Amino acid sequence: MPEQLLYAMEVTVNGLMAGVMYSLVALGFVLIFKASGVFNYAQGVLALFAALTLVGLKNGQVPFAHVINAILGTDLHTFGWKLPALLAILLTAGVMVLLAVIIERLVLKHLVSQAPIILFMATIGLAYFLEGLGDVMWGADIKKLDVGLPQGISDSIERVTDRWFGYGFFIDNLDLVATLVAVALVASLTIFSQYSKQGRALRAVADDHQAALSVGISLRFIWVLVWSIAGFVALVAGIMWGTKSGVQFSLSLIALKALPVLMLGGFTSIPGAIVGGLIIGVGEKLFEFSVGPLVGGATENWFAYVLALIFLVFRPQGLFGEKIIERV
Amino acid sequence: MKTKFVSLVVAGMCAAAPAMADLVIPNLSYRTGAYAPGGIPYADGFNDYFALLNARDGGIGGEKVSVPECETAYNTEKGVECYEATKGLGSLVYNPLSTGITYQLIPKALVDRIPLYTPGYGRTSAANGKVFEWVFNYPANYWDGASVAIKYLLDENGGSLQGKKIALIYHNSAYGKEPIRTLQDLAVKHGFQFVEMPVDHPGQEQKSQWLQIRRDKPDYVLMWGWGVMNAVAVQEAANINYPMENFIGVWWSGSENDVIPAGAGADGYKSLAMHGTGMDYPLYADLKQYVYDAGNASGNGDQVGSVLYSRGVYAAVVIAEAVRKAQELAGTSAINAVQMRDGLEALEITEERMEELGLPNFGQPFAASCVDHGGPGAAMLQQWDATAKKWNLISGFIAPDQDVLEPLIVADSEAFAAEAGITQRCN
Repeated sequence: MPEQLLYAMEVTVNGLMAGVMYSLVALGFVLIFKASGVFNYAQGVLALFAALTLVGLKNGQVPFAHVINAILGTDLHTFGWKLPALLAILLTAGVMVLLAVIIERLVLKHLVSQAPIILFMATIGLAYFLEGLGDVMWGADIKKLDVGLPQGISDSIERVTDRWFGYGFFIDNLDLVATLVAVALVASLTIFSQYSKQGRALRAVADDHQAALSVGISLRFIWVLVWSIAGFVALVAGIMWGTKSGVQFSLSLIALKALPVLMLGGFTSIPGAIVGGLIIGVGEKLFEFSVGPLVGGATENWFAYVLALIFLVFRPQGLFGEKIIERV
Repeated sequence: MKTKFVSLVVAGMCAAAPAMADLVIPNLSYRTGAYAPGGIPYADGFNDYFALLNARDGGIGGEKVSVPECETAYNTEKGVECYEATKGLGSLVYNPLSTGITYQLIPKALVDRIPLYTPGYGRTSAANGKVFEWVFNYPANYWDGASVAIKYLLDENGGSLQGKKIALIYHNSAYGKEPIRTLQDLAVKHGFQFVEMPVDHPGQEQKSQWLQIRRDKPDYVLMWGWGVMNAVAVQEAANINYPMENFIGVWWSGSENDVIPAGAGADGYKSLAMHGTGMDYPLYADLKQYVYDAGNASGNGDQVGSVLYSRGVYAAVVIAEAVRKAQELAGTSAINAVQMRDGLEALEITEERMEELGLPNFGQPFAASCVDHGGPGAAMLQQWDATAKKWNLISGFIAPDQDVLEPLIVADSEAFAAEAGITQRCN
């Protein structure tokens, strides 16, 4: 096989893997939009906040240490313990549930029956608040996140592809883990929404929240539930991206990578978030490979949006989104 | 009630503003946003040095130094707003810590007659004092950095880079593109193949670039990155098993932030350094006594001695020395921005002076002049030891190739002069 073709195959596989990483972020957006019709601007910051909390808990960092020291004249930094990764992840998941309860109590409860744009604006405020809170709680310095996930080239895949094609493919072990996690996450979410009582209630609220209310489904509970799940998904995305680049405030910008995925896959479809991510990942990588050198490179950011726009022209609801027809 | 509120606001403004006799040196910092991990240590180092001068020496020449801080979030518009909001305080000089902000402030500084000091960043051709009367970028600029990296590689390769392939992975912004022209000219001069690889902001996803590097196997990779881009690039290089000793970043890609996330994988990575780092300098004893232990430190103390903290201290040292020179020239301690410019232009920092300041062998000696606002441009090489978690200097100061740089600086600055209608000076 010609080397260019093999390289294109390697780029394609890596594009699929990158797409999975984008999908992990997009999933959180889909869950909240599906259940409440709200585009959660704060989803990227939720991932950042979750990752900051995870590192802080794992390393035994004292939250708000800077503030406490400034007020009390103390010199607190750590509690002196190191938590096992799994325990730290569970505790962080608990923090995200608590955060969901607080968001519902302090923000969403007061905005029932408001137009979606008001709720959207509230999530913008929430994003900035959480970013500031994360900074004050855990500090803005860059943090290494190590929960034991493997990183670096997969030697076995390189060996096998080298034997088959005479060209060893590069696949990052972290991307392989992310793929497995994404599959498990989508399967769990699908089973939960299809077969559990709460999942069915969630779908009922998504279809018609007035009707759902009339049959006794608590809208407030559903909001807490869906924000908790979105918080957990944000934690997963935060772990994957944080392992890759360290936990730092630019982590919140991963939301920018999720937007074209949502436009393409549809705002209301969990499988759409995955398929959209894969198409965006492969599309941008192949475009950069084939056209990038002709136009000076750095095409990935804008090409993802162009690709999504092209899909929008032909399928405004996205590949898997629900087609809404409103008759007057 | 309304009167009380207005009184409170006025009282607050008076409390926040510096006393009229203070030497006002604003700190345009970024402690929030995507680039905060780089902005915080720099701002802390900058503030702490002036806090030391105030506490130990009573300021400079008997005048206290006021350092009002303004948050730019590394955003050009916010940076310009900070400049506009603070210039009325009697600001003597601005160090905007952003190439984008610097480009916006150059024409404003010219009109407002307030000098800009942009060490190691900003508009490279501002080194030509004939055109850029109000801008100073000594001791080194981006083009110096590119040339020093190539000279180092020449030394490593017995004086020849003929037939070698050198890739530049860069932040796709005004900053990241700065060294391209220089490297293109150096490629022609030394016969190496030069490959450009832009990475879009913020640089969290670089798979395409590193797959290309893995396939094309460049002999060396240079990096002009900032923020998360650096950390991801170092991690990706480790992932593809790229030889880290052949990967060299500019000084903005050579802090602890850039290598710690990659752990052991970052071992051997190199970067340029335009100053020393660490706490093995006598200055730190004074900083500890008068600033840290006195509870006047700018940050929470965990960044002290880091690369970017050291750079903030260095910028403050140079500005403080320029203030002294300006006071000496003006014959008064209460100088204004125009007099400060004169001080920056007449500044000479010798190794003896650096020793007196408690920073022996920390920075290169230089002497500015009407023509030379850029300094000698030399830089050292440092290498990351992942086990010890510290940078080690692996070379002395290497001078750039001025034969290549000088014509580029003249051409670029003269183009600006023609565009802005500036008459060249220093004749």
